[in-house]
Amino acid sequence: MADMARASGASVVIVGGGVTGLSTGFWLARAGIDVLVLEKGIVGWEASGRNGGGATHVYSPFGLEEQRLWPQMDELLGYPTEYQPYRIGVALSDTQLALARRWAEIGQTRGFRWELLDRRQLKELVPIVGDNAIGGTYLHFGGHANPQRTVQAYAWAMQDHGGRIVQHTTVTGLTQLGGRVTAVETTRGSFGADTVVIAAGPQTGAFADMLGIWLPLAPARVEMIATEPIPLMRVGGVAGNGLYGRQTLRGNLVYGGGPHEWINVPDMATPDHANTPLVRNLARRLAELLPGAAHVRLIRSWSGLVENTPDGLPVVERLAHPDNVVIATMSSVGFGLSPAVGRAVSELVRFGRCQFADLGALALRRFADTPRDWREHAGWAAAPSAVEAAAGGDD
Amino acid sequence: MRESDPRSIAGKLVPPERHAPLVVVGAGAAGVAAAIEAARAKVEVVLIDEHPVDNDMMAMDVPLCFGQRMDGSVRNRALMLERVVETNPDLAAAHEAGVDVQLGTYVWGAFVNGPTVQELPVSMLGLADDRRSWLLGYDRLIVAAGARDVLLGFPGWERAGTLGAGGAAALLARYRALAARRIVVLGSGALGLSTAALALEHGVEVAGIVEVDGRIRGDAALAKTLADRGVPLFVSHTIQSARGRTGEIESAVLVTVSRDGTPVAGSEREIACDAVCWAVGLVPNVELLHLVGARLRFVSELGGWVPEVNARMRTSAATVFAAGDCTGFHEGMLAAPDIARAEGRTAGRAAAESLGASRAREAETRRVTAAPPADAPHAYWRTWLDSLIAADGWEVNVCQCEEVTRRELVETKPPRYLGWRSPQMSARSLTTLLRDGPLNQDQIKRLTRAGMGPCQSRRCREQVGLLLARASDTTLDRIPLPTFRPPIRPLPLNVLWPADEPAAMREEWVSWFGIPTQFSPHWTAGMAIDEPTAHTRLIMSDE
Repeated sequence: MADMARASGASVVIVGGGVTGLSTGFWLARAGIDVLVLEKGIVGWEASGRNGGGATHVYSPFGLEEQRLWPQMDELLGYPTEYQPYRIGVALSDTQLALARRWAEIGQTRGFRWELLDRRQLKELVPIVGDNAIGGTYLHFGGHANPQRTVQAYAWAMQDHGGRIVQHTTVTGLTQLGGRVTAVETTRGSFGADTVVIAAGPQTGAFADMLGIWLPLAPARVEMIATEPIPLMRVGGVAGNGLYGRQTLRGNLVYGGGPHEWINVPDMATPDHANTPLVRNLARRLAELLPGAAHVRLIRSWSGLVENTPDGLPVVERLAHPDNVVIATMSSVGFGLSPAVGRAVSELVRFGRCQFADLGALALRRFADTPRDWREHAGWAAAPSAVEAAAGGDD
Repeated sequence: MRESDPRSIAGKLVPPERHAPLVVVGAGAAGVAAAIEAARAKVEVVLIDEHPVDNDMMAMDVPLCFGQRMDGSVRNRALMLERVVETNPDLAAAHEAGVDVQLGTYVWGAFVNGPTVQELPVSMLGLADDRRSWLLGYDRLIVAAGARDVLLGFPGWERAGTLGAGGAAALLARYRALAARRIVVLGSGALGLSTAALALEHGVEVAGIVEVDGRIRGDAALAKTLADRGVPLFVSHTIQSARGRTGEIESAVLVTVSRDGTPVAGSEREIACDAVCWAVGLVPNVELLHLVGARLRFVSELGGWVPEVNARMRTSAATVFAAGDCTGFHEGMLAAPDIARAEGRTAGRAAAESLGASRAREAETRRVTAAPPADAPHAYWRTWLDSLIAADGWEVNVCQCEEVTRRELVETKPPRYLGWRSPQMSARSLTTLLRDGPLNQDQIKRLTRAGMGPCQSRRCREQVGLLLARASDTTLDRIPLPTFRPPIRPLPLNVLWPADEPAAMREEWVSWFGIPTQFSPHWTAGMAIDEPTAHTRLIMSDE
């Protein structure tokens, strides 16, 4: 009977097997807590596993912990994340250089070291930059990892510590009793819980709504490209010219950036991951950034869906009512911060507060006055559905 | 009223440089027939075909497996164009009928509005030649993209000289540029026998036809003709390896297999050859159909994933039709090219009528099909695969581009270049992965990198699927289709890039959303939605 009880619930049930939910699950399981992750598809399948992999967010309240944890993650997890330290910012214009410098200086104010590179120094480090580069920055902090490998690493490490993952299971409701959520309802039955973590990406708002809580989120589609492998550069973390990304340890150049498309995520279904001709503009930006690689072949592109709050900042909060629920959305910047955020959420679950950072600024109350039609006001609404005219067939 | 976000894609995806009422992709029998039929109904038609393919593309085994056996003449674009035209007389007929025929043009993408894309002004294709890329809008699309090769790995298959039947036929008959003198054909069905016959016809010696089955699978009379012309037939055999002192195939080692599929020790025989050609089947090219959202289903008898089409060759995507081998291929069709033509005509007429052309007088054409052979190709490929594995094939690279062996694939090992070892990793395998959910090839690709290389999995897609099905004790129809993404041809950045961009695309480009507060230091940031901080400039932009 113990098995039956265990199978139908857990001390902590996490809704969403993205990078935030998985990292949270890992930290909880590592602390010996009975944890279960419910995922509608495959772990890390959405934005968590298809992003640029950047891990340089020192501006964030989670930033110092991000920098402290990443170099240890391979060892902590027992699986490879492909984490690589350091970042090089390439500037093709004074404006881009000012942006790169500003990013570096924020790191400096938090105690990290960086250097300004002239064109010659830049070319020594990154031989495929061109004469169009005016200089750059070398950050002796930050870094990047492989999102696909990292999400799987969290999931496996969590299992190794006794946590459980149930995939292909969609959450359909949250049962409340006596001011608490007592169970998570799914397409595979009810899972009882002492504490519930909602980390469901673009769907987080819909779950908050089930609890009568207003969480303004706007989903959007963003795109990335990948080239065939080229010889490894000394530092793979090279970006600029409006692109984020990296050279992978295999040698592929993997970059994203440029315009996003605001969309609606109609239901809990797994959406497709369509691309647009934007892949050509991305190719151009990349060839401008690294002219020595302009002849390299593009072999893949993909898109991902991310969600943003009105100020682009996360919501990470243990709710007052119901008081056993933690909500976590990273507002489209979740991968790099995930080691720290998962740890923070695990502490919100265990102790009711994050012990290493003040998360007060990330609380929901800042949106109390945000109107329901805020997306229209912000210009973040999806295009009116352009239903393609049906072909005049006769079948 | 809808406000606008200058950083969003709204309004930046400009209409393509050209728009055609009907675009036909693929100038084989089906595509040409479709284009001519529609042109006769007074529809403006653009017919696109990637042949002649340039040497660099061929060298990657794209779109067919050419096995590095192209001779230098393929670099002569004018000559190759001449040959492609000369060997396909239908092209002239299409031109006569008023079809705009564009050869040497790759179709690398198809872009349509859907659940997560609403900002495209029209449905469009991404096209390219060897110098530049452009976009072509369409009202109707007919995909007649043909079929591609199926390869299975054996020790030495990385050497130059491992071809597919499609690549061999193209080099022999179309390009007349096959750089091989003595070829071993694997497979004795209609495809294998016709490949051997084609080779002989072009003066290439056939060093043997190898069949894992205990019988010749194709036409007995044709097999006898070939045998009479001195072609050795090796039934109940498999290929153990291809050898060579350099990177070239110089011989093939064959071995007898017993009834249960295991190689018989001591039965090895080495045959001199400079090419080994897989001719065990072809797979419908459904990449474009997948990209336009046409519903696909797995039908082993038709070569795998094929589009659902109605009697008039229309797919589930209302504006997209399909015809010819890409709707399903089996060896019986080799003897009945009229089927592809009939499908093409049906699709061309249906597309024209959907664009307003008047209905043809004749009764609605029913889809004519040749009866597929009784045994499904995937079971046959599986027999080959089992024999190759039994012939010591676990350490063979299943994916050449990424150098992933069969063993590494089924053990879901991280790639070798990571040099990763941990007890936790060693305890993981396909078996443990399957405890968490059904097999998903995209997930396994991400973990092992099999199929992630520049050939875009053309050399390994089928064998990866078969191997995973084998290891998980299931069949391919139960495994979801691994996705296709643009570009479906590996093209250089400086070919794909647009020569010019709308001003808004350049001026409003940001690396992320351009939300003023998103990357502001938390110790200084204001939180209100319309209160940009002093660090607005943090957002990466040219401005």
